[in-house]
Amino acid sequence: MSDEELIWRVSGGSGDGIDSTSQNFAKALMRSGLDVFTHRHYPSRIRGGHTYVEIRAAGHEVQSRGDGYNFLLALGDSFARNPQEEAYYGNEEIKPLSENLDELREGGVIVYDEGLLTEDDVAELDLEERAEENDWHVYPVDLRGLAKEHGREVMRNTAGVGITAGLLDMELEHIEDLMSDAMGGDVLEANLEILHEAYEMVGDEIEVEHDLRAPTGEHDTEQALLSGSNAIAYGAIDGGCRFIAGYPMTPWTDVFTILSQNFPDIGGVSEQVEDEIAAAALAVGASHAGAKAMSGSSGGGFALMSEPLGLAEMTETPLVLVESMRAGPSTGMPTKPEQGDLEFVLYTSQGDSSRVVFAPGNIEEAYEQTRLAFHIAWEYQIPTIIIYDQKLSGENKNVDVEFFDREPEPGLGSTLTEEELAEAAHDNSGKFKRFQHESENGVSPRSLPGQKDGRYLATGNEHSPVGHISEDPDNRVYQMDRRMQKLESIRTELEEEHESNQTYFGEDDAEYGIITWGSSQGAVQEAVERLNEQGHSVKGLSVSDMMPFAETEVTEFLESVDEAMVVEMNATAQFRGLIQKELGRFGEKMTSLLKYNGNPFEPAEIVEGYEVNVADEDREPTAQVRIEPAAGD
Amino acid sequence: MSAFNAIGEEREIDRDEFTPGVEPQPTWCPGCGDFGVLKSLKQALPEVGKNPEEVLTVTGIGCSGKLNSYLDTYGFHTIHGRSLPVARAAKLANPEVEVIAAGGDGDGYGIGGNHFIHTARENHDMTYIVFNNEIFGLTKGQTSPTSPKGHKSKTQPSGSAKSPLRPLSLSLNAGATYVARTAAVNPNQAKEIIKEAIEHDGFAHIDFLTQCPTWNKDARQYVPYVDVQESDDYDFDVHDREEAARMMRETEDVLNEGTVLTGRYYVDDESPSYTQEKQAVGEMPEQPIAERYFDEDGEWERSYDLLDRHK
Ligand SMILES: Cc1ncc(C[n+]2csc(CCOP(=O)(O)OP(=O)(O)O)c2C)c(N)n1
Ligand code: SF4
Repeated sequence: MSDEELIWRVSGGSGDGIDSTSQNFAKALMRSGLDVFTHRHYPSRIRGGHTYVEIRAAGHEVQSRGDGYNFLLALGDSFARNPQEEAYYGNEEIKPLSENLDELREGGVIVYDEGLLTEDDVAELDLEERAEENDWHVYPVDLRGLAKEHGREVMRNTAGVGITAGLLDMELEHIEDLMSDAMGGDVLEANLEILHEAYEMVGDEIEVEHDLRAPTGEHDTEQALLSGSNAIAYGAIDGGCRFIAGYPMTPWTDVFTILSQNFPDIGGVSEQVEDEIAAAALAVGASHAGAKAMSGSSGGGFALMSEPLGLAEMTETPLVLVESMRAGPSTGMPTKPEQGDLEFVLYTSQGDSSRVVFAPGNIEEAYEQTRLAFHIAWEYQIPTIIIYDQKLSGENKNVDVEFFDREPEPGLGSTLTEEELAEAAHDNSGKFKRFQHESENGVSPRSLPGQKDGRYLATGNEHSPVGHISEDPDNRVYQMDRRMQKLESIRTELEEEHESNQTYFGEDDAEYGIITWGSSQGAVQEAVERLNEQGHSVKGLSVSDMMPFAETEVTEFLESVDEAMVVEMNATAQFRGLIQKELGRFGEKMTSLLKYNGNPFEPAEIVEGYEVNVADEDREPTAQVRIEPAAGD
Repeated sequence: MSAFNAIGEEREIDRDEFTPGVEPQPTWCPGCGDFGVLKSLKQALPEVGKNPEEVLTVTGIGCSGKLNSYLDTYGFHTIHGRSLPVARAAKLANPEVEVIAAGGDGDGYGIGGNHFIHTARENHDMTYIVFNNEIFGLTKGQTSPTSPKGHKSKTQPSGSAKSPLRPLSLSLNAGATYVARTAAVNPNQAKEIIKEAIEHDGFAHIDFLTQCPTWNKDARQYVPYVDVQESDDYDFDVHDREEAARMMRETEDVLNEGTVLTGRYYVDDESPSYTQEKQAVGEMPEQPIAERYFDEDGEWERSYDLLDRHK
């Protein structure tokens, strides 16, 4: 979009160190005062297979991956080859270069590893011709040779970073610092040599012919580079979570890993167990006994959790689950984002079952809403779920460190102390009337095993106030009403006592609305900005409160616009369906823009969706998106 | 003041404290073996000095799962097959609570079989009582994993083609450190075994033979039974894995022929419990997590202090 931004794509094989290299480079850019946003693309395999990471850096706020990119570092893919010379997995070794060219912007820069690709390989790609057409600037460099000369072949990442820094005219200081933090001894020394030599090649041996330079910027406050998974894990820690149980499944594994690694130091317990039914059941058991507990999974694993989820609801055991969506159905596309599990998460489990569902749309919201999920779960004794996806899980963004400078919330919510229990209502055998409420909000405070005067039975069957199994019709209605009242009380609390979880963009009086949820937020935000810059009158709303639904805010938004486009990453317009179900109207105002090819939205696709919808209805969008017309069309 | 004063409280404890008031009366059929388990537990708990408020009984679904409805401790009646994961997490959250899990053979060896193997493997410090009546009781008499081969039921009208599961051998091989079998018809032995199991530091599995006169009429009522510890015919060392394994196999073989052998089969007092192992590797704090929430002076770490690595 603007000249002031850099979108650096580093591509290679998975297992090739692309991740750590890009993480460090993103941090170096952040330390130099820029806002950064990373996007990771990887296949579902451990070694080999084409993968890339994009880092978008600018002197202004960046909320999405942007469109395309303007600097390619094609590293080649050493691990795509078997140790046996002749065994190749397809033609992977030229992919880091060939696979990526379509999205490279005009005037873009290409650095590729001459040490890995022969002239013939490159000739096959018509690189010269395409470069001329697109005004690309191509720099072949023997990265592998350079790395080998001073250390080992794997260090060609460092050579690539050195060349990048040279070509962009960056200072090496931050990169060197980060390297020194990450390694030591001979390895550090070799890497630093490679870095400097590569850096100095620019000017000495390589003549710079392009205009792109590293943008400049400045931060007023200290920044940290965090992923959505980090933010959820830290929100949980600050929400008082000290117990996690899980079973690995991409992409939920990230949150599970981060908490497992932190818990030994902060006195928590992490359990990797036999399956997801067990995982969620453990979280229920730990919560019952007095720990703030959480579990989670991705679609397939979450399916197994529907039993313990219902148990938590019926026994009014506080519980937080996270659901990190990936493309489905079934095992689907393990490493690709989709927003396809919304309906599943809202309605899974039998009976008139309910839970609270938050769908954070960015890193800050992920932290904030995870804290809130713990607060609500323990105050109201109800399961709460954070639904997010592979995109939010893995993307990294710089955030203001001060944002996290808050007091933790270690309270157990509506749980009584022994003094309070002594005063509480008991039946004539001395059992605590745990499931009886005298309060407005449907919540009846609980006791914990081992407390005096707190005995009761928790059961997944319908039960009387002390927990005895009961099929008495009056009691059934009383207990159902009480449990269902909680959602209304939570709605009231969310509306009255907390800042809104919904995020707005654009001017209040705009005529056209774009609504989205979860991780598509950033792309929508940017699209709204661009459309307004182009002179359109557009505003955006990103919704997080899925259950209880943000009824008032969505109604007001839809009432205020002539037409609206609902943007989400799935094929069946699940979120639009939810709006219609919850509000019972606006069907004629809403069109859907859907994407489900495994890649997240780019802002330009949303801009195009708007154009097709509003200005040029007969045109088909060029990108892999689908437009689902409004009801009645 | 501690948050959990019922734990370790020293006082004279009456058996009747474990019986709820007027309500609810057991809904089990007359002659059901489940009464025997309830009775033995009520006797055992005061004798090991446990008061009702420091005990958490976690059950599954089935006639057996109703145990804690009729036993006045803290209780969690969970869902079919899931008592063990709930129970072991409660123990991890507060190791000072006495955790007893219970359920039927369908519940524990069928739908919950995976959890059974893994709870035994991890040697969680808890007691697990399986009411083994060789049938699904509550759902009205279908074949269970312990029903004998050839057993006829509405869902296997020609007789089951499957050999029964061997719960004792399974639990030994999975890693349980206390394995015993007792029977509802033998209340004194049952009480003693339950007491040992509660006092054992590790996963104690009791395969508790209970009769279901309603749906398993052909089934042996498990009499006459033989107590292997009392009988001169069986001399083996309960601490010796090999001997225990042999005795279990034999016990499981002859049960199908109508001979009921009961008693302790394996006792391993040496191996540390899961809690101890987890604490030893630094994965679990010394102070119960549950207690920490009531600790007003407690320092709660903040994520803010963990951010250095992200800067
Ligand atoms: C997920 C699930 N599947 C099936 C059932 C139905 N069900 C209830 S009890 C039971 C079998 C109980 O048999 P067992 O564990 O042997 O206990 P018993 O009733 O004999 O004591 C079944 C299949 C259920 N409640 N939940
Ligand atoms: S059905 Fe069988 S197991 Fe259930 S209560 Fe009756 S006798 Fe007992």
